[in-house]
This record gives sequence, structure tokens and C-alpha cells, in this order.
Amino acid sequence: MVRAVSDARLLARALADPASIVGLDADGWTRLLTMARAEQLIGTLAMRLDGLPMPDAVNAILADARSAAEHGRRAALWEAEMARRALFAVDCPVILLKGTAFVAAGLSAGQGRSIGDLDILVPRASLDAVEAALLAAGWEWVKPDPYDDVYYRRWMHELPPLIHRDRDRMIDVHHTILPLTARITPNAAALIDEAWALGNGLSVLSPENMVVHAAAHLLADGDLAGGLRNLWDIDRLCRQFSDEDPDFYLTVMEAGHRHGLWNEVGRALRLANQIFGTPVKAYHSPITVKWDERPKDRWFRRRITARDGWGRPTRPITGLAFYVRSHWLRMPPAMLARHLWTKWRKA
Amino acid sequence: MSETIFRGPPDGGLLIAPLDEFTAVYHRASGITHLLTEPAPQILAVLGEGASSLDVLLERLGRDYDLDDGTREALAARLEELVEVRLVERT
Amino acid sequence: MRHDFSVRIGPVGFRIGSDWRAPITELESLYRDYPKPHDGVADFTVRLFARRSWRRIIRPSVEIGGDYMLPEAAPLPLRQGLLAAEMAMNLQMALGARRYLLLHASAVERDGRALLMTGISGAGKSTLATLLAARGWRFMGDEFALLDPATGLIHAFPRLISLKNEAIAAAESAWPDARMGPLLPATPKGDIRHMVPDTRAITAMDTPALPALLVFPRYGFEPETRPVPPAEAFVRMTQASTNYVALGEAGFRALTGLIADVPSVAIDYPDGASAIEQVEALWSAL
Repeated sequence: MVRAVSDARLLARALADPASIVGLDADGWTRLLTMARAEQLIGTLAMRLDGLPMPDAVNAILADARSAAEHGRRAALWEAEMARRALFAVDCPVILLKGTAFVAAGLSAGQGRSIGDLDILVPRASLDAVEAALLAAGWEWVKPDPYDDVYYRRWMHELPPLIHRDRDRMIDVHHTILPLTARITPNAAALIDEAWALGNGLSVLSPENMVVHAAAHLLADGDLAGGLRNLWDIDRLCRQFSDEDPDFYLTVMEAGHRHGLWNEVGRALRLANQIFGTPVKAYHSPITVKWDERPKDRWFRRRITARDGWGRPTRPITGLAFYVRSHWLRMPPAMLARHLWTKWRKA
Repeated sequence: MSETIFRGPPDGGLLIAPLDEFTAVYHRASGITHLLTEPAPQILAVLGEGASSLDVLLERLGRDYDLDDGTREALAARLEELVEVRLVERT
Repeated sequence: MRHDFSVRIGPVGFRIGSDWRAPITELESLYRDYPKPHDGVADFTVRLFARRSWRRIIRPSVEIGGDYMLPEAAPLPLRQGLLAAEMAMNLQMALGARRYLLLHASAVERDGRALLMTGISGAGKSTLATLLAARGWRFMGDEFALLDPATGLIHAFPRLISLKNEAIAAAESAWPDARMGPLLPATPKGDIRHMVPDTRAITAMDTPALPALLVFPRYGFEPETRPVPPAEAFVRMTQASTNYVALGEAGFRALTGLIADVPSVAIDYPDGASAIEQVEALWSAL
């Protein structure tokens, strides 16, 4: 008899082991679906549970989620196509990131995935030309606030957000994967050089760099909001890529090391293994790669599964601690104080 | 100088519902619904036979319709409008 | 959450959680004859919550949350908790409904066929629907009509009717036997009172109807009836639908099908009696 789970481990288990949903009662289904929505994972859940026996009402809700994910996939691919056409004349590499990359490359991580804005990576030297081309093709700035604008341009790893005036969809243009003020500085040029071409003028990151990016995004850039979905991405990417490259886990750790993200990639893979059972492989040579649980893993797991059956984020104190931590990683502390104070003054 | 080629959506890429003098067109790749008047639906129809230049399109249209002297300029203008709304790509 | 309530309105099941007992008590009373969600699993979850725990008791202020949320929605005082719940349910429908094309229209049914009335607030679609219901039509809904893309049928969504300002007194005298919620004075939308649809509307809610006439009413003019050209009707209906874009192809097929199969007519009317006459005449001429 399995002890009732009251946080998002219920959702994690359903994703990792779909057959485990057998025997869920109405209350259990209700909690599972609500959590999945709150974690942006209902499309993924629907895809994983497709065909399993379940109450009719649940089947209908998940069918809707599958159709919503398909609609989202088409919209995301269209945005990528619009960006491709707009940037055709700029003649620089344009690398799709995150969800759009997964669907454009036909990866299992893209199945059922909810996709928000379009994220692309371009060389820093091409930023001005890219910005001009997007503005000419109908994108507009979202944030007119000059302080935020200066903050973005000097310190963040992307242009201030742009939204298309007709389609009302946002595009985020990155020139590296972490802010310039972060204590870690990945090698953006290498990410771009090592990208894989899709054949239509757009590219995606190489497999190991995709995982490094997801790990960076999960741990170094944000406050772990959406962490469970990120971890699922990592699990799916690793399973698919290690099918083709038996030493993929070694390749990923080496890539992590090259970009100064050894600890982050290690932690992300350990968490994926602990929560989703990702089949990580240990090594003794040429380097030592071990997957034993480390002391703070449990703290991260608690944050990532901090969601209740009503869709509310729980464990508030942990949340605040993470929020502060993510800003510390983004900016040196003196700048952080000034930035937070200015934001507070204007709020 | 090579000629500009116009390309419409792939086979099956549009759903077409004539209403009155307007035709509703659903572009599947983008999910956008367009309301078009003549001759846009007719232009999209002949483009459906294959990507081509302005003159080839003119020829195809001439098969089914009586065209007068101003048509070439008008066709160029209508094609620009279709490019603007992303139903047609110019390569 | 401390208190909760589930209800099904037409094909859509809702679960409402609340930090306070009062809104739940009101919902339980007004929706007492409605069924529960299919299989006990709601389509949408809504939360009425206090931003800070002390706000549950001191100047209690209801924030709205749920599966689909608008950031920065202003909270309501606890005495308007029922309104908060209704608004939250509307929000779930507007942002999350996928199985049916949501038409911003009232609907009534006779002989298995549906009359749809659509238009901006104040055009009278809600009032006309309740007037027709009093004359023997089956009330299907005053705010949303659900069009099934797979079948082309209209499904009822008979939620509580939201009466505003002058319409409250008019409804109270026209339907003295109707069950009503509390009077909510001075809400952001004026005075509001909720009216429970009649028994027939509730018991028949799962019976869909074939759409037969689409009416665009306009209140406060000399009586006139004129056809609406298909393209105009199509465009107005896309504007009147919150989920047309989200439904993609299915939405396009459903709506162009509706416009092709069903006559669209605009009626200008000076008062309810005139509107009824015009509508009945159009219906008999079908």
C-alpha cells in the first residue's frame, strides 16, 4: 500500500511510471490534474497516460490537453519560421532554445510540451543587426521602462523582451545562456560553434549542450519556478541521447565542465535520477563521475515538488530563500542591493 | 538577375470557406484566419499548382479568367499584400 | 483548502475552494439542484483565498486563483465572495475551455432547435433569453453557448444569471418565484444579483440542440429586421468567442459551418415585447 503523497511527487511518479495511476480515486485524479496544470505539465502527462484505463471525465480532460499541446506546437514552429524569415538577411547563426528547439528537432522532450515564448541564441556581435531586423519585421519592445532597459542590455544575457504586434507572441533573443553578471560565464561562442543545423537555416544546440543549458536554466538562472518541467526535459533529453551515445553522461559532464557548470549539471542529473529515475551512468576514467546523493539535494527536491493538490506553491520560506539565491547568482551583491531597492521604490 | 519566385502554402495547408464576397481562409501552419476578397483566393488557388514567377501566375490566371491590360500591375500588388500577411513567401 | 464545493454546469465541472465558509454556503444553496462533475473530477479548479493569513479575518479580502489566472486582478470584499466565485468560473471558461467553441451568446431552445442571441453588453441578449424562457422556451444560458465542433450542436451552459442594476428590479417583479442570491450593491460592475435558472433549464441541461437561428439584437431603436451578410456574421462571432483562436482548425470549421447552415439576422427593438414578436416571427418563417 503506497503512502498517500500530498506534493508534486504524485505528479512526478505518474510521469515516470504511468501505470502507477491505476487505482487513483476521483480525489487523487483531481489533485494530479490540478498539479499538472500548475506545473505546466498537463500536456506531457496526457501524452504519457494516453491509452491507460481511466474515468471518462479524466480521459476527456487529457484529450483536451493533448490537443492544446498540438496547437501550441504549431504556433511555436510558426514563430520560429517567422523569426527565420525575418533574420534571413542578417546571416548569423540562429539557434533555437528550449521547447521550440525540442519540437523543431522532433525530440521526445518536445512531446506534449507546453511552449511559451520563442527563445533564440545569436552571437553577441550580431545583436544589433538581429534587433533591427526583428523591429523591421513587426516585433516591438514590451518594457518601455528605461531602467529595466539599461539593466537588460548591460547585464542580462538577452535583449529586452520583444513582442510581435500582430501575432502577440514574444521572442527572447539571447547571446549567452546566463547573465553577464553571473559568477559563471559559459562559453557562448562554443555553444554556437557546436550547434547542429536543422537544414532550414535554423539550428539547435548540440545534445550535450542542450542538457547543460537546461541544467543552467534550472539551477543557476531562476528561482526554480517550473523546476519539475525543466527536470523532465533533462530526463527525456538524456534518455534519448544516451540511446545514441552510450557515454552520453560523460560527454555531458565534460561539456558542463567546459562551461563552468560542472556542479550545476551534476546536481541537475542527480535530481533527475532521484525524481524521475533517469538512468545516469557512473565513471572512473577518464574522469570520476559519481551520482550518490549529496547533502543539499533533498532541499532542492523539496523546492521542486512544492506544489499541493490545489495547485498552490507550498513551503513558502524555502521559496523566498531560493528567490534571493537566484539574484545572488545573477549579479554581484552590491548591484543586487541597488537593483532590488530601485525596483521596490517604483513598485 | 534571377526572377522572383512566389510560393504559397504547401498542399493542404489552407482551409477555405467561401462566405459571400469574402472568403474565410485558415492558414494551418500559423493558425491565423484570414478574410480575403477576390482575387486573393483565386491567386492562392493558381499558386497551389506550384511556386512560380509573376508571369507564370499571370498565364495560369489567364486560362480561367479574362484579363485586361492593368492586370500585371494589379497582380503584383495583390501578391505583395499576400506576402505581407505571410500567406505567400517571396524567394 | 478549508472549504470546498463542486458543481457541474452543462458539460463543465468546477471545483471551488475557499478560505471562508460564507461563499461556499451561498454556492451550495443557489446550485443545490445542479449535478456534480462527471466521475467526480472537475474540469477546472478555482480558489478564493486570502493573500495573508490575517486577511481572512481583518477586512477580509478575496483573491481569485485557479487553473487559469489573470495576474493583478483586484480582490473583492468577502461580502461579494459569491461574485468572486462566479467571475473566477467565467475566467476558467474564457481562458481554458477547449472542448467546445465558446460563443458569447445567450441561447434558448424549442423543439430541439436553438436560438442564439449575441451582442455587446447591454444589447439585451441576457434579458431576451429570460423573457423567452418565461414564454415557454427552454433556457440554455445567458452568457455562453457551447458549440461542439464535432457535431455542430449547441450545448447548454445554464449558470446563475447575473442581473445588473435596473435589470434586478425588473427581474424581481417579472419572476417573483425565482430563487435569487443576495443583493450585492456597489460591486465593480454596479449592483448585482444572481438568479437561478428555472427547474426545466437545470434538468434539461445535458440535452443539446441544433442551432437554427442567429440573432444580433440591438436595444433602443424602432423595430427593424435585416439579414446579416455571412462574412460580417462570421467576423462578429469570432470577436464574440474567447477561444476561437485557441481551437485552431476545429474552431474554423465549427464557426464557418454555423454561419453556412444558420441564418443570421439583426433586429433593432424598442422594448422586450417587440423583440419577442420579431423573434417569434423569424422563427416561424424558418
